[in-house]
Amino acid sequence: MFDSVILKRILRAGFLDFWRNGFVSLASILVMTVTLFVVGTTLFAGVMLNSTLATLRDKADVTVYFTTRAPEEQILQLQQTLQTLPQVEAVTYTSAEDALTAFRNRHQNDQLTLQALQELGDNPLGAELDIKAKDISQYDAIAQFLQQQQQNGGGGASIIDKINYFDQQHRQALDRLQEITDSAGRIGLIIILILVAVTIAISFNTLRLAIYTSREEIQVMRLVGAGQFYIRAPFMVEGVLYGLISGIITLLLLYPVTYWMGEATQNFFGGINVFHYYLSHFFVFFAIIIGTGVLLGAVASYLAVRRYLKI
Amino acid sequence: MIYYDRVGKVYADNSIALEDVSFSVEPGEFISIVGHSGAGKTTLVKMLLAEEKPSSGSVFFESINVHEVPMNRINHLRRKIGTVFQDFRLLPQKTAYENIAFAMEAAGRAEEEIHSDVPHVLDLVDLTDKANNFPDELSGGEQQRIAIARAIVNQPDVIIADEPTGNLDPVNTFEIVQILKKINDLGTTVILTTHNKGVIDALKKRVITMDRGKIIRDDREGKYIL
Repeated sequence: MFDSVILKRILRAGFLDFWRNGFVSLASILVMTVTLFVVGTTLFAGVMLNSTLATLRDKADVTVYFTTRAPEEQILQLQQTLQTLPQVEAVTYTSAEDALTAFRNRHQNDQLTLQALQELGDNPLGAELDIKAKDISQYDAIAQFLQQQQQNGGGGASIIDKINYFDQQHRQALDRLQEITDSAGRIGLIIILILVAVTIAISFNTLRLAIYTSREEIQVMRLVGAGQFYIRAPFMVEGVLYGLISGIITLLLLYPVTYWMGEATQNFFGGINVFHYYLSHFFVFFAIIIGTGVLLGAVASYLAVRRYLKI
Repeated sequence: MIYYDRVGKVYADNSIALEDVSFSVEPGEFISIVGHSGAGKTTLVKMLLAEEKPSSGSVFFESINVHEVPMNRINHLRRKIGTVFQDFRLLPQKTAYENIAFAMEAAGRAEEEIHSDVPHVLDLVDLTDKANNFPDELSGGEQQRIAIARAIVNQPDVIIADEPTGNLDPVNTFEIVQILKKINDLGTTVILTTHNKGVIDALKKRVITMDRGKIIRDDREGKYIL
């Protein structure tokens, strides 16, 4: 017998209670706003952490140095083969001439080195392939593949001079980078989860206290013949209202906060401006924050009323 | 109509509230239950509302065993029983009008019925001018009259009034009893608990006297004897 009349009564009761319990409503909204604000900022923290870690990971690469006699078409062929590998993100080719130019530029203030280079006459540098993997853990597989190529050596002597992945130092650096970024990501996630869980628990308790003040009313409603759903629903309406209002306040608050922090974070973390990110992902934030608030309010009220309905 | 069959109640701390209580109430009766505090009067009426469960025996209301009704259906039974409490128990966030309307809304009554019946019962308890006041703006006697209006608005078969005059002065007590009598004259069964001698002696109706959880007297036209 759930019809529009009952729905109207429930909504009216929810709104009226919300209004008449002004102080309790205000307190609940404040606490819930803090919760949703924490949820919002942890979203940003997660995004920034990810982008910082991605920037760090991006610094990893493997370079293949070719012998000076290696024919260019073979190198380009290898580049194409590499690009078909699923683990490979990008392969950049640097010809021997480009490598020399880069070397000259790097040492333009070092007359001694430049002179030595002059003495040689010939270009002592070989071409290079710079390989970026999709994930830092995949360099090993790529290096193994290259090593096989080196040993099979496409007929006769191999064109590959050196793969820097097999340098002790380079390898260590790669491993360290992977360790650091992995554990930073994990610790970040744990901190975020704890923070969110704690604030949600606080909100939950605030709503429970708010309904605790109405426990006698709930009993009276039962004794004058009201059904369980009919008593519970207005409290859930109130909880949803708290969530909605807190969500809107939080979304409004995030605007000046991200604006203020935008420049600073862009310089500090890998190029993400939280303000621009907020504006471009507003609907994601809207859905998550309002959704969390509404769900939290409804579920907390539902559970809090339950214990007083047992009469 | 109402039948208590050898009802006993022992609380968790082994104190005995009721012991082997049996009696029945006929439709249209006005029955007073008297006794000292702690005699078991309130426990007895709470049983009829399924607010308390008996330790032994059963309570029947219109041939239904009250304590076999599941939790999610019990409110349908309660709508047939109007209840008035010693401490009024109005909903503090609702006006007098809304408190009475709530009982009708909860019973799923139509808006038109509510609009016509609530003013009618407000008039019956003579509080039409206080319809929009909140309970904390009303005196004790006024609050109790609103509570009675709430109890009768669904036209229940029975009114339970558990020490309704316990917190009231003699003038208000007299008024409340007059209203209860009027309700009874209109055909509703009334069960009243009290320890007010004056009320009982003025009523000249059936009196059940309780002491330490037992019925010690049941008089057709009783007086307050303890």
